[in-house]
Amino acid sequence: MAKRQWFSVRKPLKPKQRFVLTIMSFILPLLVWSAVSYLPFLWHPKMEVTSPGDVAYLKVGMLVDRDVFERESATLQESGGTLPEGVRANPVYLPAPHEVAIAFYTAFTTEPKRRNEKWLHESLWDSIQVIFWGFFLSSLIGVPLGILAGTYDVISRLTEPFVEFFRYLPAPAFGALAVAILGIHEAPKIAIIFIGTFFQQVLIVSNTTRKLDPSLLEAALTLGADRLSLLFKVVIPGIITDLYKDLRILLGWAWTYLIVAELIGTSSGITWFITQQARYKNFDNVYAAIMMIGIIGLTTDILLARLGKRIFPWEKAAARA
Amino acid sequence: MSIVELPSYLEQSDKVRDRFTRLKQRPVILEVDQLSKQFDTPQGSVTALNKVSFKTHRREFVCVIGPSGCGKSTLIRILAGLENESSGRVMLDGNVVHGPGPDRGMVFQGYTLFPWLTVKKNVMFGLERSGKGRVPSETEAMQWIELVGLEKFANSYPHQLSGGMKQRVAIARALANQPRILLMDEPFGALDAQTRAKMQSYLMDIWKNIDITILFITHDLDEAIYLADRILVLKAHPGEVQELIEVPVPQPRSPEQLLSPEFLATKKRLEDLIHPPEANVEINGDHLNMVRMVALDDEVSSVF
Ligand SMILES: Nc1ncnc2c1ncn2[C@@H]1O[C@H](COP(=O)(O)OP(=O)(O)OP(=O)(O)O)[C@@H](O)[C@H]1O
Ligand SMILES: [Mg+2]
Repeated sequence: MAKRQWFSVRKPLKPKQRFVLTIMSFILPLLVWSAVSYLPFLWHPKMEVTSPGDVAYLKVGMLVDRDVFERESATLQESGGTLPEGVRANPVYLPAPHEVAIAFYTAFTTEPKRRNEKWLHESLWDSIQVIFWGFFLSSLIGVPLGILAGTYDVISRLTEPFVEFFRYLPAPAFGALAVAILGIHEAPKIAIIFIGTFFQQVLIVSNTTRKLDPSLLEAALTLGADRLSLLFKVVIPGIITDLYKDLRILLGWAWTYLIVAELIGTSSGITWFITQQARYKNFDNVYAAIMMIGIIGLTTDILLARLGKRIFPWEKAAARA
Repeated sequence: MSIVELPSYLEQSDKVRDRFTRLKQRPVILEVDQLSKQFDTPQGSVTALNKVSFKTHRREFVCVIGPSGCGKSTLIRILAGLENESSGRVMLDGNVVHGPGPDRGMVFQGYTLFPWLTVKKNVMFGLERSGKGRVPSETEAMQWIELVGLEKFANSYPHQLSGGMKQRVAIARALANQPRILLMDEPFGALDAQTRAKMQSYLMDIWKNIDITILFITHDLDEAIYLADRILVLKAHPGEVQELIEVPVPQPRSPEQLLSPEFLATKKRLEDLIHPPEANVEINGDHLNMVRMVALDDEVSSVF
């Protein structure tokens, strides 16, 4: 008891230990990033020029490779000109944590460069809508089909071999096709999310359905359940908690298709923001936007998990068993 | 072993004999006629049951006992309609049955309560399937829950109950449909000895008070003798009826009878049937081939 066991096989840690580790899992990468950013001797492969000296092509604020800078200094020392001065710096694509933190705020408050461009929050909202519709439409067909395939062999045989084949076709490959059919705006993007999610969804849901304890079906049969009530009163309530977990995981996958989907047709949403900012070399904004996707994804998942505990009060049983 | 000479298990007191005569005059509820079952496996066909025939009468308590793999579960699953027979037939009240139905209740060894339903909703499941409305189902379900003494847990979920309580709910759920026969496949097999004894007396109380015929599978000889009017003994490979024993222990039963001569005589007979004496020689006659693995000068060099 007194001695804390951090490495017992498959034993859950104490809540306090878990909490510490959860925090650490975020702190550790942040520490590495901070170290690389704030300790010049660690990496900093560039020199940021503070005074160009007699080197013709250097300007204040310019980033040059350190060996180039040193070579120029050495040549000047021999020929006896004014030496350039500079400080060690990281490449522009690796902003420091505080710069990204500031960008989190400024990205929302900076006005778009052109009149017809969108604010960041508008772009984010576009992305969320694309995800939502893609996932919603996929679930609308995929979940019932998966449940039916998991319940009736005839539907499984009829659909699953083709679905199995189709899921190997990479969703982005359908990009050009989707644009040709659905135009350049939201529709083809939603279609890509749909294609990326749907086929996995059918297979995962049918598998989950098959994992239902068959003795529950047998018990229902001996209690006089007919075919319809077997499906609606046993199969569906019996898998609903696992189904909910599946959908949470699938929603995560849908996000991974978002970037590709948004590049199709006219680039839009958070992807448009990211590519735009990368073009202006505002990498702090790029990092901030990428992290926002992570934060939105993680927050929805946590909220859905909380919600699940509320709507499925018998769920703790599964966790304990 | 016993110094006292046991009576024969076939010897019945007048009262017991009289009871069996009357019992056999009751209407037949379940009739199993030449029932056989073959399973097709990759290794070829396996005969699980071979021409099993027997009858149970109304409000009779029959236990089925036999060595592991003799087809007890297969038999009860066919009776419940969860498995198809290869040949022969099963009749309930004189009608051949096909497929599962609410007229044959079943209690499984594993707890097959629906985890997403409360105790009350579990018991209501069959009632609602039979077309009863919500309100009458609920009232009726509560009566069955009271019968098994779980009214305090009516709104609990199965995971909040102990094993014994779960099995009581399962019994209430099966009985709520008012089946003609209650089929039970080692229902108390997963319970500890104490809970098991309690469940046995609950079941006896229920059986005495309602119109139900029970077919009960067990591998516990004491349980079989304690509960049953008659015991159907099966033998393995292939599963066949070996004997249908009329238990000479008088009804109503009480735990004190576990040491009565009739009880011991019946137990001896069952032991002889299920573990034949010839087979025992091989196991009991030889000791295991052991080598001493504790040093002679060990602190505890001998367990005696
Ligand atoms: N689905 C099946 N497919 C093939 N063989 C089966 C199947 N079910 C049962 N058997 C075989 O039928 C025989 C009887 O099995 P059964 O489960 O009825 O025995 P049992 O008497 O209930 O045993 P236990 O006391 O261990 O529960 C066994 O030899 C078993 O291997
Ligand atoms: Mg069995």
